[in-house]
Amino acid sequence: MTEAAALSPETVMRQMKDNGVTDIVWLPDSETNWLYLLMQADPDLRLIGVTREGHACSIAAGLFSGGRKPMMLIQNTGMLESGDSIRGWLMGLNIPIVLMVGYRGYTRHGVNTDTAATYTERFLMAFGLQFYLVENDADSARITIAFQEAERTRQPVVVLVGDEYHGFNR
Amino acid sequence: MMHTADLLQIFAEHRNDAIVISGRGGKHWIALSDTVTDIPLGDPAMGGHAGFGLGLALAQPNKRVVLFDSEGDILMSLGQLVTIAEQAPENFYHFILDNEVYATTGGQPVPGSKVVDYAAMAKAAGYPRAFNIDALDDFRDALPGILSGPGPVFVSLKVWPEVENTPIGQRVRWRKKSADKVVQDLREALGVDR
Repeated sequence: MTEAAALSPETVMRQMKDNGVTDIVWLPDSETNWLYLLMQADPDLRLIGVTREGHACSIAAGLFSGGRKPMMLIQNTGMLESGDSIRGWLMGLNIPIVLMVGYRGYTRHGVNTDTAATYTERFLMAFGLQFYLVENDADSARITIAFQEAERTRQPVVVLVGDEYHGFNR
Repeated sequence: MMHTADLLQIFAEHRNDAIVISGRGGKHWIALSDTVTDIPLGDPAMGGHAGFGLGLALAQPNKRVVLFDSEGDILMSLGQLVTIAEQAPENFYHFILDNEVYATTGGQPVPGSKVVDYAAMAKAAGYPRAFNIDALDDFRDALPGILSGPGPVFVSLKVWPEVENTPIGQRVRWRKKSADKVVQDLREALGVDR
């Protein structure tokens, strides 16, 4: 059995473009540097850098309220500390948005030494947030499914990026 | 010190077609104006109003967006000042109502309430214009210039606290619509609802 290709930043960019994303509200994590360079080179994509992940929620809510289609790009550690903002500004205002969340500590087999990974899915389940795991390019269609689900439910949907040590940090 | 209702009355005379996120001035503003471009969100999660205002201003660059935030809110999310300054929306007018206390929880003092210079903080974060105003006559005189110039602009307004001590469940509900309905109605009015 051959190992599946890593999740490439180009694939993620294609998913963003195919789903009409206009703005990325984000805070860098250990996986997104190459993706950042791609996003920065795209003149049709506005990057809004935040200094704490929770800030991204109300910014995204404002963007959506004014007719844009934002996406959030953060790490699971930041998601954990953003709970009240996710609740109030995204879930409470019915904002249909995809959060791409770097899954720090993810090891696929559930044996990990990083509590950021330990609590990530528990957090999502506690909030009742739908989520999809994406580990490689073959999984990328799930990103579109997440966008479709966000639109249908008018709620945030999370894509967990379980590829910390491969393509995102060239 | 000013009364929030008085300064909002003055602002209303200069509002024109701005979108107004009434924030901490909501219960007074709704008595002055209650249209689809008045955005009373209540308190979805403290500290986030500035971000919402930024996002809306970026999404609607041809409309002025005015926010009445508070000092307690911005202290909870100071980094948002940096993000706003970096994005630099020229149509964003960021007022804070500084009453020096957490009024909705009984009037406990906000840390640093007697010494913090909020306009200086905003300037240091990168806002091109920032002002502290503590008298109604000064507000009346300064407001036309504040609103006629480009944003982002930050204005800290010293106001008397309106402390609420009744249990939250017994307080009068001044909002007429849920926050998600406010957003939905705004999107329809802007013609952006898909």
